[in-house]
Amino acid sequence: MLSYFVRRVLAAIPVMFVVALFVFLLLRLSPGDPAAIIAGDMATPDQLARIRTALGLDRPIYEQFFVWLSQLLRGDFGTSLISQTNVLTMVNQRLEPTISLAIVAIIFTVLIAVPLGVIAAWRHGSFLDNFVMSSSVVGFSVPVFVIGYVLIQIFAIELRWLPVQGFRSLFDGVGPFAQRIVLPALTLSSIYIALIARMTRASMLEVLDEDYIRTARAKGLAERLVLFRHALRNAAVPIITVIGTGFALMVSGVVVTESVFNIPGLGRLIVDAVLARDYPVIQGLILLTAGFYVLINLLIDLSYALTDPRIRY
Amino acid sequence: MTIEVRSIRRWAACGAVAFALGSASFVASAQETIRAVMDSPLRMLDPVITTSHVTRNHAYMVFDTLLGMDINDKPAPQMADWTVSNDGLIYRFTLREGLKWHDGTPVTAADCVASLKRWAARDAGGQMLMDNTKSLTAADARTIELTLAKPFGHVLEMIAKPSGIAAFMMPARLASTAPDTALSEMVGSGPFRFVADEFQPGVKAVYAKFADYVPRKEAPSGTGGGKQVLVDRVEFVAMSDAQTAMNALLSGDIDFFEQVPTDLLPLLEGNEEIRHQALNALGYQTMGRMNFLLPPFDNPAIRRAALTAIGQADVLAAMVGNPDYYQTCSEMYGCGTALAEGEGKDDVMASGDQAKAKAMLDAAGYDGTPVTLLQATDVPVLTAQPVVVAEQLRKAGFNVQLLPMDWQSIVARRANQGPVDKGGWNFFITNWIVQEVWNPIVNPMLNGGGREKAWFGWPTDAEIDAMRAEYAAATDPAAQREIARRIHEHAMDTVSYVPLGQFRLVSAWSAGLDGVRPAQVPEFWGVSKRAP
Repeated sequence: MLSYFVRRVLAAIPVMFVVALFVFLLLRLSPGDPAAIIAGDMATPDQLARIRTALGLDRPIYEQFFVWLSQLLRGDFGTSLISQTNVLTMVNQRLEPTISLAIVAIIFTVLIAVPLGVIAAWRHGSFLDNFVMSSSVVGFSVPVFVIGYVLIQIFAIELRWLPVQGFRSLFDGVGPFAQRIVLPALTLSSIYIALIARMTRASMLEVLDEDYIRTARAKGLAERLVLFRHALRNAAVPIITVIGTGFALMVSGVVVTESVFNIPGLGRLIVDAVLARDYPVIQGLILLTAGFYVLINLLIDLSYALTDPRIRY
Repeated sequence: MTIEVRSIRRWAACGAVAFALGSASFVASAQETIRAVMDSPLRMLDPVITTSHVTRNHAYMVFDTLLGMDINDKPAPQMADWTVSNDGLIYRFTLREGLKWHDGTPVTAADCVASLKRWAARDAGGQMLMDNTKSLTAADARTIELTLAKPFGHVLEMIAKPSGIAAFMMPARLASTAPDTALSEMVGSGPFRFVADEFQPGVKAVYAKFADYVPRKEAPSGTGGGKQVLVDRVEFVAMSDAQTAMNALLSGDIDFFEQVPTDLLPLLEGNEEIRHQALNALGYQTMGRMNFLLPPFDNPAIRRAALTAIGQADVLAAMVGNPDYYQTCSEMYGCGTALAEGEGKDDVMASGDQAKAKAMLDAAGYDGTPVTLLQATDVPVLTAQPVVVAEQLRKAGFNVQLLPMDWQSIVARRANQGPVDKGGWNFFITNWIVQEVWNPIVNPMLNGGGREKAWFGWPTDAEIDAMRAEYAAATDPAAQREIARRIHEHAMDTVSYVPLGQFRLVSAWSAGLDGVRPAQVPEFWGVSKRAP
């Protein structure tokens, strides 16, 4: 297991280098000029040229790349061209809201989707199954921002049970944190609940016809134990894969939910950085996101061994 | 099973208490803090390096200015009072007593001289002032002396103006930063102190009351008068979605929403908990600019045909919708300003005459060269105008290609002087605060400095530059008006740009805020907050 882990980590290094090179070149070849954005509406050509020089944007691309690479090797992700703030500081400021939102959303997803999928498979073809499946179609089809605004209208504006927007850290207290995370987490999890409920149902249907399930039932085992201890555990590998990649997708794709609920997370940071052509921030964020994906995939692979004894590294 | 139910009840009770405590703490902290959503998120802090409005508004919190503009747009004392020598060539500014920087050190004339020099290196009006200045020195610790080399009739206006770059004062150690390099810290002498530890670029900026600030005795008026702070903190909170900001205002999460989109205004009608008003009475000018370097608009006759084809009423109706908040206006200096000619001129460009424009286009020998018109798709106040203008130009016979892109791509593309197939352009549209265009010195579109010095579009027009210099030198208001008229006529004849009309943006705020008043910039001094 340890050697497998080390091999995977070492394999990630060339992956990260290729990502870094690709992102750097893509940004430099795409249209946009941070100097023009910084200078604002009244800038003259002279002033733009001076700002480009001050930011080092007038240097050859290869020189800019090697400067950035040498910074990376020292653990320095650079400084925002726009706000002059260290990129890691900016990421650090935005990490907690996004990770909190993704974790709570994935908890909601697992708590709601997995039982729904199991029940739908158990009552295959029944009204309950049809209801869960048609609800999942709704979950897939309705845009996330519509769900968000509907929840805000009902729970924040009409009933006034929860705040409209914003984020409070868990360190500010469980109450303020929970008040502001419930609606966005429900919104974000809607599509994943639909996805994982269908995935769980499909996996469960495959294993429910297996001989060992029939044997378990013949032995008189309670149906709950048959479903959750025997069937679900054997159906778990694809479900874990989807949950794991779903979590990674949540972290990198929460921008709509963050915008609707005004959560200052990584999604908004990267969109803002792209719109402002803030090269160091975009490069740093994509590199960190790529690293996060590599890590999540590694953890998913390692977790297979925990749920399926046939898998060994 | 009984135990499980008890356990669940206990957890539910804990949750309810935690929720209640959370609500209580939120309300308690909100009472002393004004939370405001500004026109865009604050990312850049240095008000000299950028002309971004939110950065300017941030700077008015942290930095002070030697002079302000009163609500009638006349220069007014702020950090300093002034005297002028009889020949009009020597201006002496005397700092008020007791002024301090936020780091506790006293404000000196030497600091202000350094600040004025940094500002003048970036601001067009400041550059023109320095071009006419013989010396700028600190006569003593509290006196700044500016000696002109030749008459310049706008010294006070340039130092007092709130746009494009206002002349903010900062300690000499910061003002010595190169004007194209961003400041490393925010230390001003304004009524609020910037709380650097809580700054999150694009998310939140926090300002705390500066305890050592000594306001002027007069009532606040525009950016002049006393800046008395009546709350502990002000927070600029970023909300990228206008509907979210509106929901937050309606639910009491925020207290002030600077720019409410017109389509959301009906939500405020009849709501007694929310006030709304266009606080900047002059509002904004929307305008189109052609590229003078490329065909077909390198031909003045074709530019005139385009001007004739474009009608403001349709543009404004599509852009703003509600006529209460817009007016047609053919004044390049904006309607309602000191240089505007007033009644009768406003409607000259209300409707376009595409038939006449077509005849003009034929006479000019237009060969069907495509017009690439850049369209911003992500800024609500910029998305509609290009569509309407493109249609009006097409009706007149222009071959128009609308090129949609995000605003920042336009910002980058409009700086490209190359041909269209190498990233250039023919026409784009933007908006200005009227104070940014209200006279020939500050109006960037009237600069005829060509490829090197002119604003995007790069007209080379020695005649207009000579008239601008004449305007700058004129000290008599009547003479200034006369020269401004000649510049206006010339600019319309050469189509320096196409005014598309004037509109106002509405601010909304909680009824719990007292003292919110019209001004050139959003102001949080003189504003108190009542408990809900």
